[in-house]
Amino acid sequence: MATNATATVVRTGAGARFVIYTLLGLFCIYYLLPLYVMVVNSLKPLSEIQSGGMMALPKEWTVAPWASAWSTAQIGVAATGLKPYFLNSILMVVPAVAISTVLGALNGYVLTKWRFRGDTIVFGLLLFGCFIPFQMVLIPMARMLGLMGLAGTVPGLVFVHLVYGIGFSTLYFRNYYQQFPTELVRAAQIDGAGFFTIFLRIMLPSSGPIAVVCIIWQFTNIWNDFLFGASFSDFDSQPMTVALNNLVQSSTGVKEYNVHFAGAIMAALPTLLVYIVAGRYFVRGLMAGSVKG
Amino acid sequence: MRRFFKVTLMAAATLASATSLSRAGDVEVLHWWTSGGEASALTVLKKDLETQGIGWQDMPVAGGGGTQAMTVLRARVTSGNAPTAVQMLGFDITDWAKEGALANLNDIASAEGWDAVVPEALQKFSKYDGQWVAAPVNVHSTNWVWANKALLEELGIAQPSTWDELVAAMEKVKAAGKTAVAHGGQPWQDATIFDAVAMSTGGPEFYKAAFVDLDPTALGSAQMKETFDRMSVIRSFVDDNFSGRDWNLASAMVINGDAAFQFMGDWAKGEFLNAGKKPGEDFLCFRFPGTQQQVTFNSDQFAMFKQGDAVSAEQAALAKAIMSPSFQSAFNVVKGSVPARVDVPDEAFDACGKQGMKDLAAASSSGNLFGSMAHGHANPASIKNAMYDVITAHFNGEYDSDTAVKEMVNAVSLAQ
Amino acid sequence: MTMTVQDRSRGGDWLRDALPKIVLSPSLVIVLVFVYGFIAFTFYLSFTDSRILPSFELVGWQNYSRLFQVRAWGIAIDNLLIFGSLYIVICCALGLALAILLDQKIRAEGFIRTIYLYPMALSFIVTGTAWKWFLDPGIGLQAVVRSWGWESFTFEWIKDSDMAIYTIVIAAVWQTSGFVMAMFLAGLRGIDNEVLKAAQIDGASNWALYRRIVIPQLRPAFMSAFVVLAHMAIKSYDLVIALTGGGPGTATELPATFMYSYTFTRNQMGIGAASATIMLMSIAAIMIPYIWSELREPK
Repeated sequence: MATNATATVVRTGAGARFVIYTLLGLFCIYYLLPLYVMVVNSLKPLSEIQSGGMMALPKEWTVAPWASAWSTAQIGVAATGLKPYFLNSILMVVPAVAISTVLGALNGYVLTKWRFRGDTIVFGLLLFGCFIPFQMVLIPMARMLGLMGLAGTVPGLVFVHLVYGIGFSTLYFRNYYQQFPTELVRAAQIDGAGFFTIFLRIMLPSSGPIAVVCIIWQFTNIWNDFLFGASFSDFDSQPMTVALNNLVQSSTGVKEYNVHFAGAIMAALPTLLVYIVAGRYFVRGLMAGSVKG
Repeated sequence: MRRFFKVTLMAAATLASATSLSRAGDVEVLHWWTSGGEASALTVLKKDLETQGIGWQDMPVAGGGGTQAMTVLRARVTSGNAPTAVQMLGFDITDWAKEGALANLNDIASAEGWDAVVPEALQKFSKYDGQWVAAPVNVHSTNWVWANKALLEELGIAQPSTWDELVAAMEKVKAAGKTAVAHGGQPWQDATIFDAVAMSTGGPEFYKAAFVDLDPTALGSAQMKETFDRMSVIRSFVDDNFSGRDWNLASAMVINGDAAFQFMGDWAKGEFLNAGKKPGEDFLCFRFPGTQQQVTFNSDQFAMFKQGDAVSAEQAALAKAIMSPSFQSAFNVVKGSVPARVDVPDEAFDACGKQGMKDLAAASSSGNLFGSMAHGHANPASIKNAMYDVITAHFNGEYDSDTAVKEMVNAVSLAQ
Repeated sequence: MTMTVQDRSRGGDWLRDALPKIVLSPSLVIVLVFVYGFIAFTFYLSFTDSRILPSFELVGWQNYSRLFQVRAWGIAIDNLLIFGSLYIVICCALGLALAILLDQKIRAEGFIRTIYLYPMALSFIVTGTAWKWFLDPGIGLQAVVRSWGWESFTFEWIKDSDMAIYTIVIAAVWQTSGFVMAMFLAGLRGIDNEVLKAAQIDGASNWALYRRIVIPQLRPAFMSAFVVLAHMAIKSYDLVIALTGGGPGTATELPATFMYSYTFTRNQMGIGAASATIMLMSIAAIMIPYIWSELREPK
């Protein structure tokens, strides 16, 4: 592998660099604008939003909308805020991400290092599964969950996300492991190491970068899902996105935009955190595997 | 369809121990009332049940006027994990009753005498095949006009009572540089106006023939064309920025005096009251010109899903609590609608509410009470949405009136 | 030619031979049932008179003939073609451009990268309102620019039937172009600098370096980006609902919103299933050749 994690050797002059920094800066504005609108308006009293000027900084700074979204906003009959739903989401996301990542790693390992007749077809089948539109599977999935006795439960939700997460996690790990030297695996086997020993001792320790990519991808998708969360949950297992939707979509009454934005940012914080913390491993992980055919 | 459902029910029954069906003694309620006023009104119901030892398990799914909740309901029922009680509108109730999914409430209905106090037109939806399957909470009427009184006075406009007067009034407002009609360009809002215009233009017979009986002649008639022509007139009085606007933002335009009129159901009243405005003093509520005798309605009801063969005690208690005059009064005062039973005293209601109750009783007894097409109470969802498509396309200038009439006939036949 | 361990395994232990397949089998079974089984089920439903719940009364091709008579379906397909191609092309172009710019030994690269990448972390339930405001002529960009004194500035795409679909492109590009940028950046970092140095000594210009040497080597990154973007374009649902609700009129209807609306809000599950089938067949027509070419390629 001739990869080198350094920037290009292409040289640029001072004028060109000025243009480059300007362009990069302009695009920062493009990407940050919606977040700016959300943050700024979540820190204003409602009256300031209504009197116009969504781009203006707050004249009067307040964290009341945040407090309200977290613990007192009307989500359903009870004014609980988003707090109780946060835990529901965590309970769903953590196992779903963990299991789908482990399964993806195992699948990728088998598909690259223990190849058998027809393995590419199996991989093709898994991959094509990524493209199934979720709206289509809603009714048959509900039926299957009912038959399995998982309807309206957290394990049921975990299962659904697992099913539709396998394709991508397998894709990531397969592409990554494909570049892992097979000779090492073979040598270990000659030394008498078994299937799982090789996986645990040789493959896993070097899987950090791609695991980060896979976890980020799965975490983002599962945390942000609304359709499955709303359809397959019960009164006591509704995830954060459903609560946020209830907060934002209420049909009558004054729309408390500041509370809505505070709630929206709150709901997005875990994924944002994952991106900021793990972001630098992300490109490294992508580089190490998934974009190389 | 039936078979599919029965198999599902059987599967659910065998797995009842495994799935998380509501504990006995609790009701799980699927609804989409999540805004402050509605939710506090539901709290009344919740407290009532709690005094009887029945727990309330809340399952709110907001969005799209209940469409999101209906999707969730379908998944829940298919998985054999139906909620105990579900907020529903119009033909959705009939559709689920057809599937054999709803519990029979006849015992409680006869004990409480619902037949005598619920208007006939509502019973059409609350009952299926002679059985009560749902308890109506409210009656919203949809053919209201909300007007900014100060603005009308300033411009010397009297409350319009005919189409021509309305047009003259709108012209005056426009000439004064204000927006005549506050409107949000969303299909259901376009259809809400269309509903009132059709009733005003063609009268109740035409309304019934076109939207309830789906008579192709009525759908393709000159009255229909006239209705579309009038929609074009209204379109010319709407501001440029109307597309996609939420209805409550349109209400705010009237409240702030930027616009003179809004054609919207009685839920709009809540926005005015929240803004500290007084009915009759700051704002006017009157029927859409030309529909003074008629009431087009939609009604929120709670249907009970079968949890076994018979109605459970909790479901009966919930249905009874919903139909109690005190709850009907308390809830509807907050919601802006009027009680579903006609024997509830009107003391607690404001001027608009009192008028609404009077209109409802009068329309009901004179045969002028019609389910609103725009709100799924004249025809099933497939047809309603097919009509929305045409109305919205016309309102946005994609069709002229002649094409719209043709498309209306065509769309309805395709959706049937 | 990839050597695999199995080539060397000497017969004997049945379990050891079967173990990899056993490990893979749960995933395969799950996918066969929950993806392909459901596809078959949907295909079957598209020939039935299903309305509110699945029904098993066959009605032949009726749902398909109706589907193609519905005006909104034609609009949805046209929109997907416009949206999908613009979205994929712009995301790739922008992603590549940003990656190349960011690859020039930029100070604070990690910081900028995070800014470009973060929109991917947010769902449109979250950012939909912000975008809707921003694009709204009454309170958004148009109003702000006008308040700065440019009175004639007009940006009303979201309210214009002909232009609204492009606002969907703008928001969608915002969400995923950073991710594509990361993919290309990863690809760029994988390129052997020695080759570039050699070309530089030969006097090649920067432009020629990228056009001749760098970009051709990014083919795998393009392919991965294409898979991810195509999958997002086809599944775009939240975005449309949050931004325009399919309007003005039906101007921004997409197949995913069409399918949802027929299956769930219009209680015409048969037609919804027919549209899902057509959608899946189109996805298959594009993706299967791609997957095939990727997989059979010798390493």
